[in-house]
Amino acid sequence: MTASPHQPLSTRLHHNVVLNVRRLPSYGHGSRSSQWWGIMGFCAAEGIGFVLAFGAYFYLVFINGVWPLSSKPPDIYTSTFHTALMLASLWPNYLARKYSEREDLLKVRRYLVIMSVLGAALLGLRVVEIALLHTKWDHNAYGSIVWLLLGFHTLHLVTDVVNTIVLTVLMFTRHGHGRRFNNVGQNADYWTFVVAAWIPLYVIVYLFPRW
Amino acid sequence: MTQTLAPHDVALDAVPEPTRLLTGQPAGMPGVQSEADAPPDPRELRDDQVDGQELTARLARTWGTRKGIIGALSTVDHKIIGRRYIITAFIFLFLGGLSAVAMRMQLARPESGLIGPDLYNQLFTMHGTTMMFLFGVPIGEAFAVFLLPLMLGTRNIAFARLNAYSYYVYLFGGAMIWFAFMLNIGPDVGWFAYVPLSGPEFSPGKRVDFWAQMITFTEVAGIAVAVQIVVTVFKMRAPGMTLDRIPLFVWAELVNAFIIIFALPAVVTASVMLIMDRLVGTHFFNPAEGGDALLYQHLFWFFGHPEVYIIFIPATGWVSAIVVTFSRRQAFGYIPLVLSMIATGFLSFGLWVHHMFTTGLPQLGASFFTASSMLIAIPNGIQIFCWIATLWDGRPVFRTPLLFVMGFFFIFVAGGLSGIMLASVPIDAQVHDTMFVVAHFHYVLIGGNVFPLLGAVYYWFPKFTGRMMSERLGKWHFWLAFIGFNITFFPMHITGLMGMPRRVYTYLPEMGWGNLNLISTLGATMLFASFVVFLVNVVVSARRGALAGPNPWDAGTLEWATSSPPLPQNFDRIPVVTNREPLWAHRNTLPVVAGLSVENREVIISTATAGRADLKESSPEPSIWPFLAAIATTVTFIGSIFTPWAIVWGGLPTTITLLGWFWPKGVKEDEA
Repeated sequence: MTASPHQPLSTRLHHNVVLNVRRLPSYGHGSRSSQWWGIMGFCAAEGIGFVLAFGAYFYLVFINGVWPLSSKPPDIYTSTFHTALMLASLWPNYLARKYSEREDLLKVRRYLVIMSVLGAALLGLRVVEIALLHTKWDHNAYGSIVWLLLGFHTLHLVTDVVNTIVLTVLMFTRHGHGRRFNNVGQNADYWTFVVAAWIPLYVIVYLFPRW
Repeated sequence: MTQTLAPHDVALDAVPEPTRLLTGQPAGMPGVQSEADAPPDPRELRDDQVDGQELTARLARTWGTRKGIIGALSTVDHKIIGRRYIITAFIFLFLGGLSAVAMRMQLARPESGLIGPDLYNQLFTMHGTTMMFLFGVPIGEAFAVFLLPLMLGTRNIAFARLNAYSYYVYLFGGAMIWFAFMLNIGPDVGWFAYVPLSGPEFSPGKRVDFWAQMITFTEVAGIAVAVQIVVTVFKMRAPGMTLDRIPLFVWAELVNAFIIIFALPAVVTASVMLIMDRLVGTHFFNPAEGGDALLYQHLFWFFGHPEVYIIFIPATGWVSAIVVTFSRRQAFGYIPLVLSMIATGFLSFGLWVHHMFTTGLPQLGASFFTASSMLIAIPNGIQIFCWIATLWDGRPVFRTPLLFVMGFFFIFVAGGLSGIMLASVPIDAQVHDTMFVVAHFHYVLIGGNVFPLLGAVYYWFPKFTGRMMSERLGKWHFWLAFIGFNITFFPMHITGLMGMPRRVYTYLPEMGWGNLNLISTLGATMLFASFVVFLVNVVVSARRGALAGPNPWDAGTLEWATSSPPLPQNFDRIPVVTNREPLWAHRNTLPVVAGLSVENREVIISTATAGRADLKESSPEPSIWPFLAAIATTVTFIGSIFTPWAIVWGGLPTTITLLGWFWPKGVKEDEA
C-alpha cells in the first residue's frame, strides 16, 4: 500500500518518546511468546472438535441402546500398549521442552531424536491398531464414528510427528539456535495436547464398549 | 468509568512510570545466557536514532510490499490483505443479494414461470450459503484484519503469513461454489443441508459435495483468522493498553473470535460426516445402520446459533465505535458493554435447540431452550440502553455513519421482538418454516449486521482510502435502504402468518398472497437501488472524494493517529496508551515508544492483561509460500470430492508448501 500523493508522509502528531525498548529480549519462552498463544488457540478449536466427536459417539450410543451394535469391541492389547507408550513419551517431551528453555542444543537434539523415533513408532502402532478395530467405517454407525475418532486423532499424530522430524533436522542445521528453541517448546506443548486428546479417546473407544 | 469527555477540554492523562510499561524480564532462565538477551547489533539502525521524514521513508521500505504479481501474492501486510478480504466479502454480499433479487422476481406474482423449481432451489441455497459462510463470518474478520493492528497500535497482525493463507483459502472456497453454481452443480438443499435430503439417497450427484467442501474451506480460513485475532489482541497491544483501555470494537472482535473458535468445529464435524456418508459409505445419518438424522441437526445448530452472534457481535463493535465518535463522549457503561458481549458469547452456545422445536424434542428440553433464548435478550438490551445513554448524554452529530446506526436500532429491535415471539414453542410450531421466520431473521441479520456494516464503511472509508465518501449520496443510500428494507421484509410477517411457507418456488393465486409478495418485490427493487447508489458512492469517492487527512471525524482511537491510508509500518513509532480514547487525551503530542529496529520487522509483544512491553519479536517477511500452500490445499479439497485418495496424494504437495513456508530463509529470518 503506497501513500496517497496528497498526504503528508508522516502523521501530524508530534512524538514524545517516553519509553525505550532497545534492550527488550527478541523472543521469550512459554506463554511470553505470541506463538504459544496461537498454538493454544488451535488446540482449543481442535479440542472442541474432539469433544463434539465424543458427544456424537455417545449420542449414537444413546440412540441405539445396544453398543457396539453388531460388532466385536476393538482389540485392547495393542491400544493399551500404544497408550502406555504415549504416556511414556511425555517424559522425553518434557525434557525437550525444558532444555529448549535452557537453550541447551545438545540435549535438545537428543530428546528431539528420541521424540521423532517414538512418534514414528506410535504411527506404526496406530496402523496395526486400526487394522485390529474389528469394524469398518462402512459397516454401521458404530464403525463410522470409531473410524472418525481414530482418523481425526491420527491426523494430529501425523501432523505432530512430521513437525517433530522437521524440527529435529532443523536443529542439526545452522538454523538450530535462538528462537528455534522456542519452536521446540511449542512443538512439545502441542504433543502434550495430542496425548491429552488420546486419553479420553482410548477410554471411549477401547474401554467403554467392554463395560 | 463513564465520565463525560468533551474532547476540547480534556486534561492530559499522565503517562505511567516507564517501569510500569515494561516487564524488564530477561528471556533466559536464571543462570542461562539466552541469545534473546544479547545486546542489539550496534550496526542496526533503530528508531531512536532517526526521526521525521527519513524514519518514515525507511520504515515504509522495511514494511513495504514489493511491486509486481509475485509481490502482490506474497504480501503479508494486514492492510492489503484486509482490503482484499473486505472487497471479496462485499462481492459475495452482492452475489447473495442478486440471487435474492432473482427469487423476489419469481415470487412477485402467483404461478410465475420465470424460474423453475430446480434453479429456485439452487438460488435460495446459494443465497443462504453465501450470506452466512462467504459474507457473514468473513466480513467481521475482514474488518478485524484491517483495523485491529491499527487500533491496538502495532504494525501487523499476529501470524501474518497465516493471514495471507486464510484469505486465499477463503477466496478459492467461495469461488469454487460459485463456479459450481454457474455449471449447474450448485447445491440445492438449503444453506443447512439437512439430512436425509442432502444424504446419498436423496441427493445423488456432486451438488452437496461442493457445499460440504465449501464449508471446509471457509471454516479453515475462519478459525485461522480467529486465532490471529485472539493473539493480536492478547499479545500485541501498545504498551499501556490495559484490558479496560481496549477499544470496544476490539472487544467485540475478540469475543467474536472466541465464538468462532468454539462454534466452527461443529459445522466442520457435521459437514465431514455428511461428505463421508455421501462419498465413502459411512452411516452417521443412516437410521438403517444405527445412525441418526437429528445428530446432523444438533451438530449443525451447535454452530448455527452462535453463527448468528458471529454475524452480530462485530456489528456491535462497529456501532460502539460510531456511537462514541459521533456522540463526542466516551461510551456510557464501558464495562457493562464489554460484559454484555462476553455474556452474549457464552449464552449463544445455549440456544441451538430453539432451531429444532418442531423435531419432537422432550418438553423439558424445549422449555430450557425457550428460557435461554429469552435470557439472551438481557445482555443485548443492556448494550442498546448503553448506546442510547451515550447518545443522550453526548452531542450527537448526524452524519451518514450515525444514520445507519439509527437504522440498526430500529430494525434490530423490531427483529429482536419477533425473536422473543419465536422463542415460545407454541408460536414457533405455528409459524415454523413460514415467511414469518424469513421476516424475523432478515430484521435481525440485515438490521444487526448490514446496517452497522454500511455505517462502518462510511466511517472507516477515509482510513481505507484517504478520501471521504459523499454525504449527499450517503443520505440517499440510507433512506433508500431503510425504506426499501422495511417494504421488502415487513409484509413477510403477514404472508407468513397467512401461511405462506419458505422455500417454495411459486404459489397459487387463490392463496391470496399475491399482493403482499408484489409489495415485497417492489421493496427489494428499492433495496437493490440503494446498493447501486452505495456502489457509485464508493467508486466515485475512491477516485474523487474530498481528502480526509489522518482524523477526519476527530475520533479518539489509535487508527486515526496515522495517515490515511496508513503507510506499511502503520505508525512511525508505537504509541503508549494512557486512556481509552488516546487521541482525545493527547491532542497534540502522542507519547510513544522508541528503540525498535528500522531495518527489520520488529513488533512489541506485551503481557496479556496489563499490556506491559515484554519482548520485541520479529514479524514475518513477505512470502509466496502461503499462496502456494493455499493452492495445494485447494487441489486437495476439490480432489477429495471426486476421490478420497486425494487426501493422500494431495497431502504431499501441501506438506512441501508448508515446509517451504516454515523453513527459515537467510540471515534476516534467522537472526531477527
